[in-house]
Amino acid sequence: MQRAAVAFGRVLRRAGIAAGTDRTLEFVRALEEVGMERRQSVYWAGRATFCSRPEDLKLYDAAFRAFWDEMSSGELPPVSRRKERSAVDLDSVQPPKKTVESDPEGEEAVHLRYSPVEVLRSKDFALYTAEEFEELRRLLADLRLSGALRRSRRLEPARRGRFDQRRTLRGALRTGGEALRHRFRAPRWQPRRVVLLCDISGSMAQYSRALMRFLHAGVISGARLEAYAMGTRLTRITRELASKDPDRALSEAADAVRDWSGGTRLGDAMKEFVDRWGQRGMARGSVVVILSDGWDRGDLGVLREQMARLKRLAYKVIWVNPLKAAPGYRPLAGGMAAALPYVDVFLSGHNFESLEELANAIASTIEEGDRA
Amino acid sequence: MNRNNDHGRRGGVDLPGVSNAEELQIRLRRYDYLADEGLATAIFLALRLSRPLFLEGEAGVGKTEVAKVLSRLLDTPLIRLQCYEGIDVYQAVYEWDYARQLLHIRTAEALGAGEDRERFEAELYSREFLIARPLLQALEHRGPQPPVLLIDEVDRADDEFEAFLLEILSDYSVTIPEVGTIEAGRPPVVVITSNRTREVHDALKRRCLYFWIEHPSFEREVEIVRLRVPGAGEKLARQVAAAVQELRRMDLYKPPGVAETLDWTEALVALDAKELNEQLVEATLGSVVKYREDQQRVRAPGIEKLLSRVNGGGWGRADT
Repeated sequence: MQRAAVAFGRVLRRAGIAAGTDRTLEFVRALEEVGMERRQSVYWAGRATFCSRPEDLKLYDAAFRAFWDEMSSGELPPVSRRKERSAVDLDSVQPPKKTVESDPEGEEAVHLRYSPVEVLRSKDFALYTAEEFEELRRLLADLRLSGALRRSRRLEPARRGRFDQRRTLRGALRTGGEALRHRFRAPRWQPRRVVLLCDISGSMAQYSRALMRFLHAGVISGARLEAYAMGTRLTRITRELASKDPDRALSEAADAVRDWSGGTRLGDAMKEFVDRWGQRGMARGSVVVILSDGWDRGDLGVLREQMARLKRLAYKVIWVNPLKAAPGYRPLAGGMAAALPYVDVFLSGHNFESLEELANAIASTIEEGDRA
Repeated sequence: MNRNNDHGRRGGVDLPGVSNAEELQIRLRRYDYLADEGLATAIFLALRLSRPLFLEGEAGVGKTEVAKVLSRLLDTPLIRLQCYEGIDVYQAVYEWDYARQLLHIRTAEALGAGEDRERFEAELYSREFLIARPLLQALEHRGPQPPVLLIDEVDRADDEFEAFLLEILSDYSVTIPEVGTIEAGRPPVVVITSNRTREVHDALKRRCLYFWIEHPSFEREVEIVRLRVPGAGEKLARQVAAAVQELRRMDLYKPPGVAETLDWTEALVALDAKELNEQLVEATLGSVVKYREDQQRVRAPGIEKLLSRVNGGGWGRADT
């Protein structure tokens, strides 16, 4: 039984479910309760012990079917540790390994391709070389990303505010039962949640590489932040981006996102976000940042409606469009024009300086207001 | 395989006459709760392994109901902790009774008993002056069966509280600095619900058995309506269930849950309805569809459209 459970745990891990040893042990205990004779019992016992979010359920179903068939035919998967990560096309998110050494022009080439930091800060991401992406990592590490402050409902000791019985009484004990000093508590200030929705469709390809790094830097900075990729569908990638190593994090995100550099249905992706996450609370009072060029092949009415919903929920909506930096660009066409009335701040995000500007916009309250 | 190994030690809950998930399913039904096999298995395991049960699902699918029926079934109190933003230890576990403490100080002064300061302080911060909030109540409960502790909408609380909850759920004890450690006699039956407004931390979920509750199927919903609103006739129950299934397919912002189905049926029964018609739906739509945009979406194509799908959508013939 244990061997079967361990084997199943491995199948699940390969399928992408966080089936750690503790859960496997729990599964063994569950099997002791329900037995292994009935397929249904084993199925439900495994589902209750291994899954922890609705996304797991589909993966679990497929893995279970494969596992049960194998087990019924008496063949358990070999115990040897196979490499569990699937092969991914890293190229879209990871710069190619440095080829400088083999370059016939040697050092010269490095100098030519490398821009000093000051130049780099204002250089358009679309023109970045692979080495400059490496440099960007260092720049991003220093970028502070934190949502505008709001009053939390949690109280903390303060000079004025609500009367604090607990601490007043404590003090009173020290002064013979006389409350000489009155203590108070007041709401604490807390950064708002930041939600980043990054368009990863083909038309954004030149920028999404840098912007995904921005998302990654935000996630690992420990700020209250959620990251999503928008293509033909919506994928939550906060968890995938949590690895400190950017290459690993981005390749994991690429694994999770099946439609990298595909088409966009901005309206549909936004709708999925508001339906599944936003309305339930993730967008409520948050700073929502949409990073997209606003190309939408879907129905613009959908996008307009979803932007209106989002605007009602969010504290602040920021739209980052790399095209804005292009000379003569006017947000008149398509999705961008439909969305703009619901946007509080409209930024470009095509180079590092504009990302700094974005970080400021995320952290500032509306009263300090920089309206679009 | 020894199926009954060391329950005593782990303190799993034994229900006489229930030795597997199927029997539990039947028992739950007797208490007016219809659980499918998956949910019954999850509840069964939660009881036997004494693990918290973590329930997620759309609003109104009956997550809270699970805790309520368990408390009836085990004949044990239901202790409910409603989570909200900013909830802290003093609202969840214990609070000192300041008014009484102050009074005690005054009395001691009047009687001149306050000399031995240390002893006096110890007295002031003893169990006697402690107000037990839900979590402490659950740990202090003593009885033949452990109580059911419902931690409702945990996703509304913040991270700090979650971490604290994790601690309590790991050893079912809580330490109050002035009083000492208070330990549960037997671990309470814990049901945690979440509407998924945010992702609850993995560490907390790992302590729990997980179940995602779906909207019920048509047949099950008819059964639920019949069971919970006995005043509703067979025809009305089937029509209401079919209409709700149709509404859930309509891409509404807030698709109706079971709670809405029951509300709606009750409203219809109050109006003495035997079957659905346009006027009745028009009059009672607000009890099942609760957003203005959603109501417009239902009304725009016309209510008769909905009714024609209810009566001709194969729902009526689904009975076997």
